[in-house]
Amino acid sequence: MLRRNFTGAPDKVAEPLPLVLVEKVKGASRLAAVSRMARRAGLSPGLTLADARARIPQLWVEEMDRQADAGLLEAVAEDCDRVTPIVAIDAPDGLTLDITGCGHLFGGEAELRAGVSQRLRRAGLNVRTVIAGAPDAARALARHGRIAIVPAGEEAAAVRGLPIAALGLEAKDQLAIARAGLKTIGALADRPSALFAARFGEEMTARLARLQGRALSPLLPRRAVPMLWAERRFAEPIGRAEDVKAVVAGLAGEICQMLLERREGARVVEASFHRADGAVRRVAVETGRGSRDPAAMLRLFREKLDALADPLDPGFGFDLVRLCVLEAEALAVMQPELDGRALEADEIANLADRLSARFGPGRVLRFLPEDTHDPDRAARIVPAQTAPAAAGWMQPAAGEPPLRPPLVFDPPQPVTILFAEVPDGPPRAFRWRRMEHRIVGHEGPERIAPEWWRETPGEARDYYRVEDTQGRRFWLFRTGAYGAEDNPPRWFLHGAFG
Amino acid sequence: MPRVELEVLKREVARLERGSSAPAAARFSTGAMKLDAGLGGGLMRGALHEVFAAGMLDEASAAAFAIGLAVRASHAAPVVWVRQDFVGLELGEIYAPGLAELGLSPERLILVKARDGPAVLRAGEEAARCPPLGAVIIEPWGNPKALDLVASRRLMLAAARSGVPLFMLRAGGEPLPSAAATRWSVRAAASAPLEATAPGHPVFDVSLMRDRAGAMGRNWIVEWKRDVRSFSDIAETRAAALSGGMVPLPPGGPGAEAELHRRAG
Repeated sequence: MLRRNFTGAPDKVAEPLPLVLVEKVKGASRLAAVSRMARRAGLSPGLTLADARARIPQLWVEEMDRQADAGLLEAVAEDCDRVTPIVAIDAPDGLTLDITGCGHLFGGEAELRAGVSQRLRRAGLNVRTVIAGAPDAARALARHGRIAIVPAGEEAAAVRGLPIAALGLEAKDQLAIARAGLKTIGALADRPSALFAARFGEEMTARLARLQGRALSPLLPRRAVPMLWAERRFAEPIGRAEDVKAVVAGLAGEICQMLLERREGARVVEASFHRADGAVRRVAVETGRGSRDPAAMLRLFREKLDALADPLDPGFGFDLVRLCVLEAEALAVMQPELDGRALEADEIANLADRLSARFGPGRVLRFLPEDTHDPDRAARIVPAQTAPAAAGWMQPAAGEPPLRPPLVFDPPQPVTILFAEVPDGPPRAFRWRRMEHRIVGHEGPERIAPEWWRETPGEARDYYRVEDTQGRRFWLFRTGAYGAEDNPPRWFLHGAFG
Repeated sequence: MPRVELEVLKREVARLERGSSAPAAARFSTGAMKLDAGLGGGLMRGALHEVFAAGMLDEASAAAFAIGLAVRASHAAPVVWVRQDFVGLELGEIYAPGLAELGLSPERLILVKARDGPAVLRAGEEAARCPPLGAVIIEPWGNPKALDLVASRRLMLAAARSGVPLFMLRAGGEPLPSAAATRWSVRAAASAPLEATAPGHPVFDVSLMRDRAGAMGRNWIVEWKRDVRSFSDIAETRAAALSGGMVPLPPGGPGAEAELHRRAG
C-alpha cells in the first residue's frame, strides 16, 4: 500500500500542517485522502472540505490527481518487475506480486520484503508490505493488519483479527454486519457461512474464503505471464555491450535447456533490461516456428538490438537482465540422424527470423496462392514467419510462353492508344510514360470477367500480350466498351514481361 | 532430359564440395552453349553478378534474365529476393503468377522489402551467408551511396563462403567500381513469334560488360525456355527453325493450333 509524499513539502518527515487531498464529488469538495497527521487529528476521507476546515482551521489542501496516482503506481509496478515478472495492479494504491519461488534469489522472503520496502521508501513512498500465501489475505493485511509475513498455511488465523472492512463489501452490507455486532473477520468465520450467504449473497462467503486462503484468488498480472524465464542479478550493475551480450547468451542457454526439458520451442522471447535507476527496457523477438537453439536466439536478439531506433542505454548500468518465454509450442526432441533437408529448412527459417527481427515481420514476405481468376487477387503476400511455403500454384501450360508478367503495376498505368486497326481490336501503337511503342505482335483478347460476388466487383477487362518493335513485351488491358458514351474504352498497362 | 539430370548431379557434387575445398570455383551453366563457352563453362556459383538494363525500358528484361539465372542456379532450392521499396513503385511489383510463368515457383521465394539501399545490402549479405539458399537476388534503386567497392567485396565474400550465387539487379543504376565477378547489360530482343504474331518466349540481348575471367565486351542473344528451365542460343534455334522450315516450338509443347488468332484464356 502506497502513500505518496508530497515533494512540495518543506520537510518530508515533519509535516508542517495536516495535509488533505480534495476532489469534487457532486459539486462539493470532499476529502479524497488524508495524511497521517490529518488522520490523527480526526479527519477521514469522505468528509466535506468545509466540515474539515470547521474542525481544523489550519489545513494544507491539495487537489487530488488520480491520473498522476495511477501513473505513479504503474511506474512502481514496472520497478517491482525486478522482483518477479508477475505483478498485478491493485488499484488505486496497491500492488500484488507473485513471488512464488523468488525468495531464494534474495536470501529469503524476509530479505525480499525488506529489500522491496527499502527500495520504495528510498524513492519517497510510504509502503506497507505483507507476504502471505493468498493474494487477498496479503492485500487485506497490508491495509488493515499488523502482520508482515504470514507463515505458510496460517492465513485463516492471520486474518481473524482484521476488521470487517477487510472484506471490501459495499458500505450498506458492512453497516448491516456491524449492526449485528460482528466486528472482526474471526467473528464471521466462526459462524456458519450459509447464514451470510442467504443475507448478503454468495459473493461474500466467496470473499471470506479467498481471504482465508481457502479459495484461489484470480490474479490479473499487468503483463503476460511468461511460461518460463531465467534471470541474472548484479550487485555491481553492468553496462558494457559485450557484458550484456554475454549475459543474454548465458540466459538463452538456460532457457533453451528448460525448453528442451519441456520438449517445447519458443515462439516469442522477451528480454528485459532493468536499469539500476528503475527504468526497464524490453525487447522481444519472434520466431517462425518453435526454437530452442541458443545461438539462433542470440543472433535474433543481436539483430533486434542493432536495429533499435533508440539504442539500449545502460545509463549507470543494468542490475537485472531477464529472458522470458512468452509463447512456446511443442517441439520434438531432435534426432541426431535428422536428415539434411530438415536441417536446411531450419537454417532458412532461422534466416527469415533474423531478417524479420531486423526489418520487421511485415517486410519479410512469402506468396500464397489464391484460388481466383482475378489477376489482382491471384497471390496473397503474408509475413514469412507466419506462413510456411505453400504449394498449389497454377502450373503454366507446357509450350506456352509466359502469359503473366513477373512485374505488375499497382495500380495499372493508364496508356494512350495511338492507333488501332479496328475500334475494338488490338492496339497497333500506344504511348506510355511519354514513349511511343509500335506493336508488332500481340495475343488476345483474354477476357477476365469481374468476380460479381465481390462487394466492388470492378469491370470486365480484355487483356492483350503485346510486343513492340524493340522486343519489349507488355501486358495491356482495356475496360469499357466502344460506342458506350457513359463508359468509353480506357487502356492500361498492367505489367511488363521482359 | 539427360542434360537436366547432369545438372542435378553437378549441383550435388558442388554441394558436397562446398564445405571442404574452394566452393567459389563451382559454376552453373546457363544452358546456352555459346554463352557458357564464352564464360568458361558457366557463371561462378559463389559469386556476385551484376545485371543492368541497357535502356530505361529494359528493366523488366533485366529482371527476367536475372530470374532465369536464379532458376538455373537454384534448381528447387529456396530463393531470397531483396527489393528496395522504390523499385516496386517505379518498375512494378513482383507478381507471383508471373514468376511461375518464368519457372520460379513462388513457393520457393522469400521476398524482403527494404526501405533503402543500406538495408538492401545488409539483408542481401545476411541471405548470401545462408548456404541452403539456391540464389539471392538483390535490387537496390539507382546508385546508393552505401554501394561502394567495400560493400560489393563483402557481398562477393559472403557468396564465396556459402557458395550461394548473388545477383544484383541494378535498377535505375549506372556501373560503379565493384568486386562483382561478372557484369551484364540486358536489352529486350524480338521474340520468335508464335502463330498469328503472338509474342513468343522471352528473348534477351545480353552483353558481358565485365568479367573477372577476361571475356568481356561480347554479346549473345538468348531465349529463356521455361519448360526446360534453360536459356538457349537464339541463333542456333533460328538456324534449326530455318532448316526445319517450321515455327520454333519448345520440345514437348503442343503443336500449332489451327487458329488464325491465338486467344489465351
